[in-house]
Amino acid sequence: MSTMLKYQQKDLKIVGTRPLRPDGVDKVTGRARFGADYKLPGQLIGKVLRSPHAHARIKSIDVSAALALPGVKAVVTRDDFAEMPDEMAAVGELMINFRDVTRNMMAREKVLYDGHPVAAVAAVSESVARAALALIKVEYEVLPHVIDVVEAMQPGAPLLNENQYTAGVKPKPERASNVAKRLEFGCGDIAAGFKQADVIIEREFNTKPVHQGYIEPQACLASYSADGQADLWTSTQGHFVFRAQCAKVLQMEVSKIRVTPTEIGGGFGGKNNIYNEALAIALSRKSNHPVKMVMTREEVFRGTGPTPGANVKVKLGATRDGKITAAEAELNFQAGAFPGSPVNQASMCAFTRYDLANVRVVGNDVVVNRPKVAAYRAPGAPIAVYGVESVIDEMAKKLGIDPIEFRLKNAAKEGTQTYYGPKLGVIGYIQTLEAARAHPHYSAPLGPNQGRGVATGFWFNIGNETTCSLNLQEDGTLTLNLGTIDVAGGSRAAMAMMVAEELGIEFERVRPFVGDTSTLGFNFLTAGSRSTFASGMACVIAARQVIEKLRARVAKIREVPLEAVAWKDGRAEPADASVAQFAPMTLPEIARMAGKTGGTVAGHAEINAQGAGPGFGTHIVDVEVDKQTGAVNILRYTVVQDVGKAIHPAYVEGQLQGGAVQGIGWALNEEYVYGDDGVLQNPGFLDYRIPVASDLPRIDTVIVEVPNPNHPYGVRGCGEVPIISPMAAIANAIENAIGLRLYQQPFSPPRVLKAISDAAAAKR
Amino acid sequence: MALLAGGTDLLIQLRSGRADPELVVDIKAIAEMRAIAIDAGGYCVGAGVTCMELIEHEAFARSWPGIVDGAKYIGSIQVKGRATLGGNLCNASPAADGVPSLIAAGALACIAGPQGRREVPVAEFATGPGKTLLAPGELLVSFLLPKREPHSGDAYLRFTPRTEMDIAVVGAAVNLTLDGKGVCSQARVSLGAVAARALLVPEAAAALIGSKVDAAALARLSAAASAACRPIDDKRGTKEFRIKVAGVMAERAALIALERAGRHN
Amino acid sequence: MTRNHVSTTVNGDQVEFLCETQQTLLEALRDELQLTGTKEGCGTGDCGACSVMVDGRLVCSCLMLAVEAEGKAIETIEGMAKGEKLHPLQKKFIEHAALQCGICTPGILIAARSLLTRNPDPTESEVRFWLAGNLCRCTGYHKIIDAVLDAAREMRGA
Repeated sequence: MSTMLKYQQKDLKIVGTRPLRPDGVDKVTGRARFGADYKLPGQLIGKVLRSPHAHARIKSIDVSAALALPGVKAVVTRDDFAEMPDEMAAVGELMINFRDVTRNMMAREKVLYDGHPVAAVAAVSESVARAALALIKVEYEVLPHVIDVVEAMQPGAPLLNENQYTAGVKPKPERASNVAKRLEFGCGDIAAGFKQADVIIEREFNTKPVHQGYIEPQACLASYSADGQADLWTSTQGHFVFRAQCAKVLQMEVSKIRVTPTEIGGGFGGKNNIYNEALAIALSRKSNHPVKMVMTREEVFRGTGPTPGANVKVKLGATRDGKITAAEAELNFQAGAFPGSPVNQASMCAFTRYDLANVRVVGNDVVVNRPKVAAYRAPGAPIAVYGVESVIDEMAKKLGIDPIEFRLKNAAKEGTQTYYGPKLGVIGYIQTLEAARAHPHYSAPLGPNQGRGVATGFWFNIGNETTCSLNLQEDGTLTLNLGTIDVAGGSRAAMAMMVAEELGIEFERVRPFVGDTSTLGFNFLTAGSRSTFASGMACVIAARQVIEKLRARVAKIREVPLEAVAWKDGRAEPADASVAQFAPMTLPEIARMAGKTGGTVAGHAEINAQGAGPGFGTHIVDVEVDKQTGAVNILRYTVVQDVGKAIHPAYVEGQLQGGAVQGIGWALNEEYVYGDDGVLQNPGFLDYRIPVASDLPRIDTVIVEVPNPNHPYGVRGCGEVPIISPMAAIANAIENAIGLRLYQQPFSPPRVLKAISDAAAAKR
Repeated sequence: MALLAGGTDLLIQLRSGRADPELVVDIKAIAEMRAIAIDAGGYCVGAGVTCMELIEHEAFARSWPGIVDGAKYIGSIQVKGRATLGGNLCNASPAADGVPSLIAAGALACIAGPQGRREVPVAEFATGPGKTLLAPGELLVSFLLPKREPHSGDAYLRFTPRTEMDIAVVGAAVNLTLDGKGVCSQARVSLGAVAARALLVPEAAAALIGSKVDAAALARLSAAASAACRPIDDKRGTKEFRIKVAGVMAERAALIALERAGRHN
Repeated sequence: MTRNHVSTTVNGDQVEFLCETQQTLLEALRDELQLTGTKEGCGTGDCGACSVMVDGRLVCSCLMLAVEAEGKAIETIEGMAKGEKLHPLQKKFIEHAALQCGICTPGILIAARSLLTRNPDPTESEVRFWLAGNLCRCTGYHKIIDAVLDAAREMRGA
């Protein structure tokens, strides 16, 4: 049974304001505890031995010398973990197969990427653990590897899995392939659509994998008890999902693992999957000590999922007066070592901003010898949209139509039938385009070698299983136990704000926290821009339950019928003077009497939130290109986005700014660099270049609010949409500045300079 | 054995296993290595002076702004709080930011060892990536700079993909002196990150000497700089990119040096 | 392995600890002194999350050996507030929503305070370049800059 709570327009006192977040002081004083900040007496340090090869068969693993080293208390290898069945599970917006989860956690037959875990040790100190790793002897039979997605798709490419046949192809192929799955979405008649077009543009784009780049490396602490129960503290986006994954791969009952989520130093989708957690529990079980495992930055890059690199083909047809008649795309996505790239999501987001009759999107999920990909903020969409919004821009220019005008002519709106299934409900895409067009940025003058680009983005957003519990304490304050992890610090505050708004009390009287897995039922991860939407809905339900119980208590205390009691502005008062009169009661007054009138007053919710409202955004960026060096400088950036309702505007702005800057990094400098040997060459922040403060201007934001009819406050998820457009917007701005379009990401100086000199050579 | 000055290179190498010394000797208590003083009219800068100390030394920055440019690029404020020009030279990365302007300045490296003291031009100090001409038991004590002539200016520019925090893809240092009529009477040009070690490029300097550093001279400078490059392809840049941009950086550095020389007495 | 004994001052307190020779100051602060406010983001001096003050200098504690702390005066994030009284920078960071996940925040606060000590009236560009050594992945830096400039204003009494 799924839950939807309709939007009600009303005067708001707290929602929409900017109170101080409840966990702020701990975070600015260093008191807040992240994954690596936890410690237990007697703990051991766990470390992972990783494959130096991109592709190899494991012939043998000899851990005897490591075990014999004084100070080493346990070693685990593939022999310590059971084979897993072929069984899918949802992890954020991506699906995983448990057979792959266990293999990614610890290699079984083969190592499939440089950095793939092969063994793990627990020892009394970091230096002993490192020494122990050096004593483990692994015999590898090195195999040819493949890291390029197009190469991996060719027959004859080295195969990662000899038993993988492309799903989604009929009849079933005879030969095994690195293409794990082929999917297709479409509507209408694509051939007829192109026939109607006056102008057809067809382009190909290539992107590299990029990493989420969270500043906190993965960290966990496990403590296994002799009675078969385990405690796990970990930095995660989903403690219930981690519990489920650990329980499965360790073959333990779910209730025997209690996961306490620590504060999390960034995730962006990269902390949706277990890496060291089950290893730490297994080492703790074997050694009879708590085991702490913290990744180094190098391990984060070599061993945790980046986003896919991809090859994208886009073809667009339009009439001379600016109507798109056909849209086609082929998305070939690297999944990394195991299937499960977000090619599905990318396919859904490629063209959905437009109202199109004839669409065809084909997607291929391709395994390559790189780390298994993980979600990264709107997984897959930025890649597809880089291609599509670049071609949209080219088409607008070719037709002589203003880029925003061209998008308005074809814009999706309420009732638009998407090509992947649902009809769009109430949305705010057109409003964001119009707000962008009206913004002073759009008409500001530009200087030499400067250019302006526009691009738009869409993300469907999700809801899913959500739980919470709200307890009224004896002094009239409330504790709110949230099942949804607060990654960015804004959602805790937003939930408390919604509860305070419902109850009509001050924000400070609602104390939110995220409890461990033993305190609530299953709650899905913080992903898919779901927390303010789904957890908010759950909190409102819980708050309304509390109000009903408060009314009943007051009716009992004041000896009036229930219908006579109204709840207004934080207190119970007569609903109608003619029905019954009584002295009002405030929340603290009722709370003081709770024990005597039936016990603690509490509300709770266990829902599967549906009706997530899609988010749309329009970005404008100005760049300046140094034509002598190829350097691209971001001069000005504006993000316009429909968020439904900004519960706490400062944190919504923060999502827009943060997502846009990640997109800027993705566009300009971020990429995984591999050698011919399949080994990652830049596993560190020196050569994996995320934007620094001096690289950027301010990021201006415009919050558009077209309420989501399916949320009591109109909330739409907002966290993912802002990362989708920057790559295309910047590519479009570069084209506007120097007349050259880039088809290869990142738009790093050598690439830009090469495009400039190639163009100059062609002219001569 | 490894010497520890700022530690901003050594600690990374210890952690990665690239360096595995049995003994680490901390030189930061040696007074001579931490001093900035005038010696026979020219500056003597201890090899253990931190980048921030050098940047904050106003008088030195007036004489040698190009050397201070180099020091400013060696990492973040945090790294510069510990890193030293001596360590930067001894680490001998081909892309070291502190080295080209020392070469362009004509600096001498003052070395002390079991056989006594000696001085070598900084241009000869690094012999290849990670290698120097120091014999066992020797250490770099200080840099000796010549007396600064009037109307002199130096500058160091580098190309990096981000504004900060990157290793130089190309570095160019220009040091020049003008005569009373604004004509360049002396010049030295050095390039970093385009060969196994930082290069002194006499042909590039020759392009400036006798000129007013006008467009034609700058074009000759740029061509000579590009021609002198012997770069590699690596994860930070391609050969072609480095060759092209070396010329661009040399020109831009020359213009800054010119402007500084004009203001300098 | 024999451990070294180090005596030093941290946030005004005389402290001692034992450490292995190759342990960094960051590791000693976190693991020997239990001061976990200073964070490790990279271990190679590229992210600034481990920023502390040593004898009045802003440094990366991951690039200093713990033994080098002998006799020095070290300041970490734990010493920035005075009891319940937050430093203006800390206050402004909360007011301006200049932190999201908060992992980079201690390092940025230490770095920003060091800037304002030397330069009480920095321009936006000066703030950005001073903080270039502190990576943030969540905020895009915009609100951090706002908070630092606002704190500077308050500290100048402007």
